[in-house]
Amino acid sequence: MLEGLMIGLSTAINPFNLMMVVFGCIIGTFIGMLPGLGPMSIIAIMIPVAITLGDPTAALILLAGVYYGAIFGGSTSSILLNAPGVAGTVATSFDGYPMAQKGMAGKALTIAAVSSFAGGTIGAILLMVFAPMLSSVALLFHSAEYFALMVVGLSAIAAFAGTGQVGKALMMTLLGLIMATVGEGAQFNMPRFTMGLMDLQSGFSFITLAMAMFALPEAIFLVMNPARSAQGSDGASGGKITNLRFSREEGRKMIPVIGRQSVQGFFIGVLPGAGATIASFLGYAVERNIAPKGEQEEFGKGSIKGLAAPETANNAACTGSFVPLLTLGIPGSGTTAILLGALIALNVTPGPRLMTDEPQVFWAVIISMYIGNLVLLILNLPLIPYIAKILAIPRNYLIPFILFFTLMGAYIGQNNSTELLILVGFGVVATILRFADYPLAPLLIGFILGTMLEDNLSRSMQLAQGFGFIFDRPMALGLLILAAVLVLLPSYRARRAAKRAEGVADGD
Amino acid sequence: MALDRWIALVFVALCVLYGYAAFFTMDHLLPPFMQRNPVWPSTFPKILSICGVIVGLVVLLGIEKQSTEKEPSATDINYRNLGQYHIGQALALLGLMVAYALCLRPLGFIASTILFLSLGATVLGERKFHYLIPIAALATFFVWYLVQEVLGIFLRPWPTFLVN
Repeated sequence: MLEGLMIGLSTAINPFNLMMVVFGCIIGTFIGMLPGLGPMSIIAIMIPVAITLGDPTAALILLAGVYYGAIFGGSTSSILLNAPGVAGTVATSFDGYPMAQKGMAGKALTIAAVSSFAGGTIGAILLMVFAPMLSSVALLFHSAEYFALMVVGLSAIAAFAGTGQVGKALMMTLLGLIMATVGEGAQFNMPRFTMGLMDLQSGFSFITLAMAMFALPEAIFLVMNPARSAQGSDGASGGKITNLRFSREEGRKMIPVIGRQSVQGFFIGVLPGAGATIASFLGYAVERNIAPKGEQEEFGKGSIKGLAAPETANNAACTGSFVPLLTLGIPGSGTTAILLGALIALNVTPGPRLMTDEPQVFWAVIISMYIGNLVLLILNLPLIPYIAKILAIPRNYLIPFILFFTLMGAYIGQNNSTELLILVGFGVVATILRFADYPLAPLLIGFILGTMLEDNLSRSMQLAQGFGFIFDRPMALGLLILAAVLVLLPSYRARRAAKRAEGVADGD
Repeated sequence: MALDRWIALVFVALCVLYGYAAFFTMDHLLPPFMQRNPVWPSTFPKILSICGVIVGLVVLLGIEKQSTEKEPSATDINYRNLGQYHIGQALALLGLMVAYALCLRPLGFIASTILFLSLGATVLGERKFHYLIPIAALATFFVWYLVQEVLGIFLRPWPTFLVN
């Protein structure tokens, strides 16, 4: 591990890569602060830039920096404006915004930055310990196990989608998988479902799809509902950021919270589909429940613990979500799915072999996580009052520019203007799906995993001359049963709970 | 019927069409040597179409127990009252994006981008053209320079008739 760390350190502190971390963190903070634009949209917009860098290490370092920056930026807008850019920072606004209203915006931002830093750093240490362990287990896997594992991953993402949402999430996953079959795959060398269109010969571009699924609907919502951005302009003028310090007493209160939430957040982040949102809400709830009675009442009114808990947990979870990506090559969240797509475009296949085949990529990413967190703490925090000025950019200018960058992202990836029409078309479909509360991250994850899933299934079927591999390999069978249980369990439990509630009502 | 069920209906129809293509139109194109393989190009699509129809029907028929408590909407927009929102502006901007896609080649990057940015802001209510047009032009040239010179991706800057 020490050798790996050294390789990572020497790669990450190369001046160009350092510049990428700093650049990524600042860009991420800038855009992440805009209400409505989450990390997924920002990473999608930045991917063409990352891909043109050509070097997978620099690209991944840049994107990881953007990711951290965006989460930090999202927390800033939650605290200053009560306008969380992403679901993962909603819990931050519970106590962060009341603090800002009391004139402690600077202190709240520092607490958020310190907790994020601690959560991210402890998460990175845990990643360093657990990823190699998981990788060594994963090296024993064959195509059949991989296929089963991907099915488990996809079902888990649907299973964690929430009550009444499992079917919808599964539907979106399947839609993603169906879309992945369009075009000429390397495996069969024949075009499928292209409807005779030349533009579909190479399939749908994942950058276009990522833009259409996340960035475009967000921009459309900003246009349709000016209240979403108007919230911004009010707060930006009102929330003055003055004193950035917190007292030693307050620091002492935060330490146990940070310790607990980094570990809890990390492990929640490792689970596919759970991610930063659940980690932050759960972290908030746990800390409120275990706090002494007097402090419990402070939660929601500007409690330091209430701010530190979700901030630590969401950053630790973001780091945790890199575990399945780096060790198994299976993304557990929309953001890591986008990162996986970028890596594949750069000819790097994440998975258990990544650590042995391209150790510099693996370790440089981990080291750049530390550096990224450090950059956020020492560079971004003092700059926050200036970066917050972006919130004063008039909406009339902001929205056309967001749309333009979305268009550019799709165009420069393919250099084909048909891609822009596909972008707009899918953007409209994605907006309608969002109206009906369909989750879109499973669609993108399904799309990205589709090719790998089919490859592994085909390879297993070739070896076993049919579907026999399911019964020949007990681990694959076990994983497939687990996938079925994951999908069916939430519905079964909801039904049982409803029945029990009915029984109680009858008893009355 | 609620919007999510309509979407499920469309999804089931899509899966049926997709399944039809996979089951009935793909296999006869297969060269004879591939027919001995246990896996055909249509194998995975066939599995997907069956799963798709089943899951689509589960959502369509509301078999899954729905959550009683309403979760906060991610969009803050109630689609049943679209009239309350700036739907016209959103549609106009989408139209502009389509026009941009169609004009990018004939008009060139610079002219179409300046037009897109200025018209986009105008649609949203901006009337200070003496600020707007110079900002749009400056941003366009900056992005063009960045993409063409720094990233090295070719973007045709001028209209087609000026180049040929």
